[in-house]
Amino acid sequence: MSKTITIDGKTIPFEEGQTIMDAASAAGVYIPHLCHHPDYSPHGSCKLCNVSVNGRICSSCTFPAMDGQTVLSDTHELNEDRRRITQMLFVEGNHLCPGCEKSGNCQLQAVGYHLNMLDNHFPHFYASREMDASHPDVLIDHNRCIFCTLCVRASQQADGKDVFAISGRGINKHLIVNSQSGLLKDTDFEATDNAAHICPTGAILAKRQGFRVPIGRRTYDHKEIDQVSLAESGYRPNTTLIAETEQSQYDE
Amino acid sequence: MKQSIQNLAKKYDHQSTHLLQILREIQAIHHFVPEEAIDALVELLHIPRTRIISVIEFYSFLHLSPRGNYELLISDSITDHMSGKKELTHYLSKQLNVAVGSVREDGVVSLDNTSCTGLCDQGPAGLINGYPLTRLDRPRIDCIADLINQQKPLTEWPSELFQVNDNLIKSGLLLEHTIAPGEALKETFKRGLQETLAEINQSGLRGRGGAGYSTGWKWHLCYEGPEEDAFCDVDAQNQLQRYVICNADEGEPGTFKDRVLLNSFADQVFEGMTLCAVITGASKGFLYLRGEYLFLYDKLQSQLAERRQSGLLGNNILGQGFCFDIEICLGAGAYICGEESALIESLEGKPGIPRNRPPYPVTQGYLGKPTVVNNVETFLAATAIALHGGEWFAKIGTEKSKGSKILSICGDCTQPGIYEFPFGTNLKTILAECGADDVLGIQIGGPSGTFVSNQELDRTLAFEDLATGGSFIIFNSRRNILDIVHNFTHFFAHESCGFCTPCRVGTSLLAKQIDKIVEGHGSAGDVVALEELCQIIKKQSHCGLGQTAANPVLTTLERYPELYQSQLKKISYEPGFDLDGALETARRLANRNDAGAHLAQTDASGSLPIASFPPSLAVAEDHE
Ligand SMILES: Cc1cc2nc3c(=O)[nH]c(=O)nc-3n(C[C@H](O)[C@H](O)[C@H](O)COP(=O)(O)O)c2cc1C
Ligand code: SF4
Ligand code: SF4
Ligand code: FES
Ligand code: FES
Repeated sequence: MSKTITIDGKTIPFEEGQTIMDAASAAGVYIPHLCHHPDYSPHGSCKLCNVSVNGRICSSCTFPAMDGQTVLSDTHELNEDRRRITQMLFVEGNHLCPGCEKSGNCQLQAVGYHLNMLDNHFPHFYASREMDASHPDVLIDHNRCIFCTLCVRASQQADGKDVFAISGRGINKHLIVNSQSGLLKDTDFEATDNAAHICPTGAILAKRQGFRVPIGRRTYDHKEIDQVSLAESGYRPNTTLIAETEQSQYDE
Repeated sequence: MKQSIQNLAKKYDHQSTHLLQILREIQAIHHFVPEEAIDALVELLHIPRTRIISVIEFYSFLHLSPRGNYELLISDSITDHMSGKKELTHYLSKQLNVAVGSVREDGVVSLDNTSCTGLCDQGPAGLINGYPLTRLDRPRIDCIADLINQQKPLTEWPSELFQVNDNLIKSGLLLEHTIAPGEALKETFKRGLQETLAEINQSGLRGRGGAGYSTGWKWHLCYEGPEEDAFCDVDAQNQLQRYVICNADEGEPGTFKDRVLLNSFADQVFEGMTLCAVITGASKGFLYLRGEYLFLYDKLQSQLAERRQSGLLGNNILGQGFCFDIEICLGAGAYICGEESALIESLEGKPGIPRNRPPYPVTQGYLGKPTVVNNVETFLAATAIALHGGEWFAKIGTEKSKGSKILSICGDCTQPGIYEFPFGTNLKTILAECGADDVLGIQIGGPSGTFVSNQELDRTLAFEDLATGGSFIIFNSRRNILDIVHNFTHFFAHESCGFCTPCRVGTSLLAKQIDKIVEGHGSAGDVVALEELCQIIKKQSHCGLGQTAANPVLTTLERYPELYQSQLKKISYEPGFDLDGALETARRLANRNDAGAHLAQTDASGSLPIASFPPSLAVAEDHE
């Protein structure tokens, strides 16, 4: 007999070693996330994926699925907190979406839409952050970094390099690169690296690609992030078996 | 310089786990970590420079740019503020001609603030090149300023400037009797290891670092290790690595009992670690000593050497065939490193970022091996229990909190210092002992704990009522609660490791929101917004720091709602920043300062804001 957990009342099978996020994605249940990516080791820092597991808040992208867990995710309360956390990320950096090349392809923006975020709620930090346009093919705009470490992990785990790291403490966190000059051009980074394409926001962008796809025809202009995310994690609605859904009291 | 870095790397066996220790030594010599040193370490330790930089930028005592030859830090603890820290720092800054947060032009001295130094019973306190300065006042500051201006080496400074007193005022169950080195170990070998573990279980001892986890059970889990261990063959079983770590980070403001325990009872602490090692099968132990306690380092090292001499550490302990030794590692100014998994990261030479759990340290701790982390006082108590038995300990205290608790009492009382009370003692008794008659409230368990008012003095010291790692700060009726909350809230914002969003951004937002209210710019919606923010930080944060960072606001808001309300302006909304202030640069450029160059924040009746922002820019109540 396979082991199962329930998420918002829906019974979901899982395999030993899977996290709650893994099990949920495989079963077609979207849990909002930013620092999680199925190809890389979990990090657990953005806290957007926080769910209640048997009454305790845990990050679903790091917490192991265990037989019989009762997980709540798509609740009004948790989504309110997720929206606030997203707003925190917006005010911490400088996200001027209308002028950003990533707009429409940006996961931060898309998650904001998904969570029905209509304003920034909190006062802005107006952090003074810089651009690194030194590399011939790729630029870093620190204004839009949310410290998800996906570029750090992609560089280490997929590219076999060590181009990026997050440095500093507390609100002074910042992205650094592995060169004496501190500039991207002096690292062994290449435009073909996985790390060049992983950034969920517009912090790492390929040069000379600007507005190839016009605004209005970009990924999240058509689709909600939940569909895109599930499709990317390999979920196929027709082929994946979802355990019998109990009509849940959590569906709103 | 290259040569000296090579020697340093060699001293630490070229182990990147010792990066923090190496960087501390470089900082001590050069007063920063020079570029050249970083280049050399990349080669010598085979680590990327990003790793080195991220460690330097994480710890408050390490720097990428030069500090003064005299690095002067003044403690920012609330008790230091209560004894005139602000005015003294101002005076010091004038005498030395250096601004707070900067280095004097000649490079001789730098001045800055630092989080609580663990000297709240003898403040205002500071640190100079890592060594404590106590009982600061104007004459002492004059003397210090002279010594610095004459550039006298620290070794020639009068020793009373560095004098740290124990102030041990009331001993109880644990501190009354001293235990001779080896006594408890001998008793343990006589009784049997599992039998001694049973005594510790029976004693009901719970961790003294704050969380109160059962010590016996923790040791048992570490002994068992992860499931995989059970399946390896007998030879491999004998090779299993276990670690014992003593948590002497003592960063919670107002706590200083571990300082005294390590100064006067260290042998008993080391013996507790050794007991834990023989019971769990560990061969290596660490004492993680907060950087602020550097002054204890040499003394502790010589005590370890003595224990090796007496066969209480090293190979074949007391002839029983056990191998165990203890290494002392120093922190470098980061409160979060008291959190056990952050502490382990720090011991591995990394920034102190709390790990995801599970796995817990008892199954995967230091270098991924089963590890016990216990507080200094927990090990001290374990030694006494191993000698006197579980029953001796369990007969004192309450049902869920056995034995006694060692408190660091400071603030508004006649006799600040160390007190040992049985669990279950009420606050009235404690206050009477330390000479506090005018009491507004007490902060119990430090900023991460609870503020109790003078209406609650029948409450008791116990895990089931008021738990504390040892911090006990008393405030008299002349103290302003909002000043206290302001100090604590900024402490957390400064100490957040920054790993997770709710704590990293949330604690800074909270500090801003408190500033706004304290400075009298709060409006009706602001207290509601404040409480909502607190709940998110508390609920959604990754570790204990974030989960408790809002406690100063929440516990005082619950008790004194009217205090917060009275700070608010009678308007429904006020922008998050000072409009008129924002025009200052423009006024300067235009060389104007007439009435027309100023903007009023509110209309004449004081009830409506004149200027308003689009919702996306405002701090207003939710418009959704
Ligand atoms: C932010 C934070 C700071 C902590 N600081 C300390 C500390 O300075 N000393 C300590 O013993 N425990 C501290 N702890 C608790 C430790 O994580 C851990 O629970 C404790 O060391 C376990 O030892 P014990 O069971 O003997 O109490 C801290 C926890 C957090 C979340
Ligand atoms: S990175 Fe995303 S959220 Fe930030 S400005 Fe660009 S589109 Fe907006
Ligand atoms: S640059 Fe992008 S991928 Fe890298 S940490 Fe920042 S937001 Fe994440
Ligand atoms: S997605 Fe889980 S914490 Fe970021
Ligand atoms: S940064 Fe430590 S709790 Fe989030």
